[in-house]
Amino acid sequence: MTVSALLILIYVLVLASYLGFELISKVPPTLHTPLMSGSNAISGITIVGALIACNELGYASLAKWLGMFALVLATINVVGGYAVTDRMLKMFKKK
Amino acid sequence: MTTAIQIAYLIASILFITGIKLLSKTKDARRGNMLSAIGMLIAIVATLLTINVISMLEIAICILIGGAIGLFYATKVAMTKIPEMVALFNGFGGLASFAVALSDYFLKSGSSLESLDAVNLTSIILSVLIGGVTFTGSMIAFLKLDGKISGQPITFSGQHLINLILLIAFVAASVLVFIDPSNLLFIGILIAISLILGILTVIPIGGADMPVVISLLNSYSGMAACATGFILNNNVLIVAGSLVGASGIILTQIMCKAMNRSLTNVLLGGFGQTVAAGGQDGPAIVVKEIGVEETAMLFDSASSVLVVPGYGMAVAQAQHVIRELMEQCEKRNIDFRFAIHPVAGRMPGHMNVLLAEANISYDKLIEMESINDDFPNTDLVFVVGANDVVNPAARTNPQSPIYGMPILNADKARTVIVSKRSMGKGYAGIENELFGYPNCLMLFGDAKQTITKVVGEMKEMS
Repeated sequence: MTVSALLILIYVLVLASYLGFELISKVPPTLHTPLMSGSNAISGITIVGALIACNELGYASLAKWLGMFALVLATINVVGGYAVTDRMLKMFKKK
Repeated sequence: MTTAIQIAYLIASILFITGIKLLSKTKDARRGNMLSAIGMLIAIVATLLTINVISMLEIAICILIGGAIGLFYATKVAMTKIPEMVALFNGFGGLASFAVALSDYFLKSGSSLESLDAVNLTSIILSVLIGGVTFTGSMIAFLKLDGKISGQPITFSGQHLINLILLIAFVAASVLVFIDPSNLLFIGILIAISLILGILTVIPIGGADMPVVISLLNSYSGMAACATGFILNNNVLIVAGSLVGASGIILTQIMCKAMNRSLTNVLLGGFGQTVAAGGQDGPAIVVKEIGVEETAMLFDSASSVLVVPGYGMAVAQAQHVIRELMEQCEKRNIDFRFAIHPVAGRMPGHMNVLLAEANISYDKLIEMESINDDFPNTDLVFVVGANDVVNPAARTNPQSPIYGMPILNADKARTVIVSKRSMGKGYAGIENELFGYPNCLMLFGDAKQTITKVVGEMKEMS
């Protein structure tokens, strides 16, 4: 990887972290549990990496099997995380 | 083609950020979660466009298996078990990043060693370390929360020294990986150390410190995704990973502040053990008991009630009968609200979810800072399964291990009723001074059963 490519990734990391701190400090304590389960879903973004790892052809390589393993796990996080967060948020009602 | 995919990743990133932003208002939160899910779908579809058609079958199978497990778990899990689920999913997130990092390593070390440059190797090593620690650490947290292993801190001498030695060994093995990237032994050592470190760092931490631990592991799972983003040179992984990382760190800070402990103090573990031994020497507290009928009468004659829920409410599954109690009180025009301590329960916001499940309007749930001045003007405080968070020793007794921790000033109310199974001590292992106060009455028994009886009495009265 070239230095400039690395720098861009670091830019993205720093700016996204700052933005994350700003936005998440505004989330009310009432929603902290859904925030965490929602974070579980978002951390399932590794699914993108897992898909790329699955792109390896043939079943002989360890790389491919690790990719498929990661894909199952990341899908559990994505589907389960968003579904349970939605289930919780549906219950938060104001009367 | 690649430009289109990069744009799709950009849109996905924007949707994740907007989704988190919408979480700042309870009424918009559900829409925010939807947007975030759409962002994820876009990222997945865009990635699939780059995939060779021949690989599609196994990909479809993996997604079907993972999706079915995720959906089943999310639909079936009880709201009291959400901390366990979050702990488990933190672990899955960490393990997925760990596996992707290793997959990339094996791919490159098997074919073109030259593509394993310094950035790549560093990212792989970090991803293995963070992912591995997150995985085994989360599994221990899950087992502790689920009661499969003791929630008590498990400590042994030389524990911290061992962790330190392991970390040094990890750094040494990393250097060796740099020198000879194709040597599987070195990468194997890295894998083993990171998995062991996860176990050793969480095992000494007690059950009631789990809100801090799962927040921190939540953050780690995001950082692991970030590290994977550096391996694959992929911005969307870094954006999403940083959001999760930031979220976990903020929650960790909030939890530590609410317990008046430093993160180091929590992570070193063993809290409550030494204290439990010393705490028994103090003078025994004389408590006054109250029965179900008198409790019902006190509720009937009050004009304002504040409920302080704690982990015991979750254990007894008492949230639904508390709603019935609320309905009885509201029929009598009694002001009925809830005072929520930030560390009540086993994860941040745990009480709010349980009470929302019981169909209690969220504007009835008041945070500690906003409610603490109202206690002196409150007729009746009803403490259900909470202990340390209402112990006045935190304000009055500099010798107490919880001295300085912000608490709910329940003792300042005219009358306090404490629903408790027995005179057992709270997590900190210390006597609760409140129970001996003249305005405090103890309602012993299982919270769900006793409150059901109180509600029954109140129904007869009206």
